[in-house]
Amino acid sequence: MEQPLEKEHWDQIIEPRSKLLDLNFKEIWNYRDLLVLFVKRDFSAAYKQTVLGPLWHFIQPIFTTAMFLFIFRKVANIPTDDIDPIPFYMSGITIWNYFSNCLTATSSTFISNAGIFGKVYFPRLVLPLSTVASNIVKFGIQFLLLLSVLIFYAIRNHHFYFGPSWLLIPVLVIMMAGLGLGLGIIISSLTTKYRDFNVLIGFAVTLLMYATPVAYPLSYLKKKGYGAWVSWNPLSPILEAFRYAVFGKGSIDINGLLYSGTFIIIVVFIGMVIFSKVERTFMDTV
Amino acid sequence: MSNIVIKVENISKQYRLGKVGTGSLAHDLNRTWHRLRGKEDPYLKIGVMNDRSFKGGSEYVWALQDINFDVKRGEVLGIIGRNGAGKSTLLKILSRTTTPTTGQIKIRGRIASLLEVGTGFHPDLSGRENIFLNGAILGMTKTEIKNKFDEIVDFAGVERYIDTPVKRYSSGMYVRLAFGVAAHLEPEILIVDEVLAVGDAEFQKKAIGKMKDVSDKEGRTVLFVSHNIAAIHTLTNRCLYLQNGKFVQIGNTDEIITLYQHSGNPETGNLLRYVKDTLNENKPIELLSSNVEVSDKSVAVSVHYIVRREVGSVVSIKIVNLQGIPIITLRDTDKDAESFSKSPGKYAVMFTVPLTSLAPNIFKITFSFSDMKSERFDYMEDLLSFTINEQKSNINATAARDGILNPQADFVSATQII
Repeated sequence: MEQPLEKEHWDQIIEPRSKLLDLNFKEIWNYRDLLVLFVKRDFSAAYKQTVLGPLWHFIQPIFTTAMFLFIFRKVANIPTDDIDPIPFYMSGITIWNYFSNCLTATSSTFISNAGIFGKVYFPRLVLPLSTVASNIVKFGIQFLLLLSVLIFYAIRNHHFYFGPSWLLIPVLVIMMAGLGLGLGIIISSLTTKYRDFNVLIGFAVTLLMYATPVAYPLSYLKKKGYGAWVSWNPLSPILEAFRYAVFGKGSIDINGLLYSGTFIIIVVFIGMVIFSKVERTFMDTV
Repeated sequence: MSNIVIKVENISKQYRLGKVGTGSLAHDLNRTWHRLRGKEDPYLKIGVMNDRSFKGGSEYVWALQDINFDVKRGEVLGIIGRNGAGKSTLLKILSRTTTPTTGQIKIRGRIASLLEVGTGFHPDLSGRENIFLNGAILGMTKTEIKNKFDEIVDFAGVERYIDTPVKRYSSGMYVRLAFGVAAHLEPEILIVDEVLAVGDAEFQKKAIGKMKDVSDKEGRTVLFVSHNIAAIHTLTNRCLYLQNGKFVQIGNTDEIITLYQHSGNPETGNLLRYVKDTLNENKPIELLSSNVEVSDKSVAVSVHYIVRREVGSVVSIKIVNLQGIPIITLRDTDKDAESFSKSPGKYAVMFTVPLTSLAPNIFKITFSFSDMKSERFDYMEDLLSFTINEQKSNINATAARDGILNPQADFVSATQII
């Protein structure tokens, strides 16, 4: 390759192969307005021509809670760790929904945005990031629902827990975002050429939910001797910690959280490497 | 040479044909295996030229092969070629939606592409929201868009609909808005691909004017891909001609367009001369050969034809310019009405148009043999073509001067009145 002369300054050089991790964070920062607009678009476009609009965010967790209450509590009679069942299920569903929404939405980044990607360049990572961000808004709405349920129970039980453990909530949300984003972009990169993963993700998320203490407490599984089955799951410590943060009951598993954190960092790193490799040529294979 | 804003060096792009399946998985694994051992990609060697009409032996084709050219600041470069020539692939690489297989492109300044209309428009969002979204996708910041907002709406002429979802827009309004956003961004390099196909004449004019402004007044560079030769002609001064993924020529627009049109009629070979090789004995009257001669004074078109049986027929030629405007239609009966009834034999007719009347342009000639009632015995559209260059006219009228007639010094007389 010929070396450009000193005085020759080129703003950009388009070349075939990229470095291992070719991410330009400054460029992503330059496109922050786009990120905000994508979040706005996701939000306002999703409820155009609906009557209930964002209220739909309430309906899904309410019905799921009702279903869990019936199946897990009434039929299977699984205890909920001294927590009222409704707030118990709802807290699990709220944080789980955030993860699963992030994962499923980012995992289709390339395929569902092929139209835009094929025509114009912008840092591709802006899209999955905006997905994660717009899901935070949805999470916020569902968290408000959880909060109102908590307040309702607080009035009934004359006890409301609000302590320093609430400070953990943002950390846990960020961890969920990282995991959803990391896994999501890995899958979206793989699906550009081989759609097999696209089929997989649909039921994998549902199965994963049952392997995560969403509808049951981890202590129950441990008591039954199946604790090991769930402890490999990096999502379990996050869910347990979320309940600890909200209700102030039980204990927090620091080792588990460290395990999850390490897992998330590795997944995000691998995701970025694969994503930055695929984003350059995916238009040819998608 | 800091005047060069785009430097394209040895750009090639390979595509694999066929579908993605276990076969491509095997190739991917093989490729990774070669790379891990530090060897060259085995599939780069077996690519073949991209000629879609010919069934090749390899499943790898070169959509682009060894393209080199430079683009200077403020230049409007047209890119022409038939379908599959690699124009869009080149633009895709330039706009970074895909990467080249080999080679590199060096760029100075920001590139914005308008590869198709309404990139990233969301049908459910209003025009206003889409202006912001589309602008941001194209790389503008929110404040930049805010400052240009009124101008964009004005340019697109959709003020009344600005708060209506764009899915309710007519396709023309949609394009106007999309082009409006793109035209108001301020990149140093603008890439435009076939957008002008939609939109009414008034808008096309506006869009072409805007692109001219962008390059002339603001010194920005435009790359323009179109099949619309007339638009290429008015807009660009230099042209790149691609064929089957290979570089053919880059140069002055007029020359390149002539070259391009030559290649369009492979069966005629030389555009100034045509000889029919396989005659159809069933035709009562048929063109044998024709010839165009452009001299300093006139254009002479000679037509040789055969009459096989008693027939009534008019031999006519029509001269059309590049923009598709008919210049003149001449008939053999113009001179001698008797020549309508023809008895068997071979004939020749010569049409001479004085050169002084034609403005510099590229012209095409259509030949027709018909009885002017119901039968058209022989008809050959745009069979021959010729070019009248600026030098051949007696005053310094360039092709850029509007009009189909050649301006003459005699047409003007100016005196001082007082």
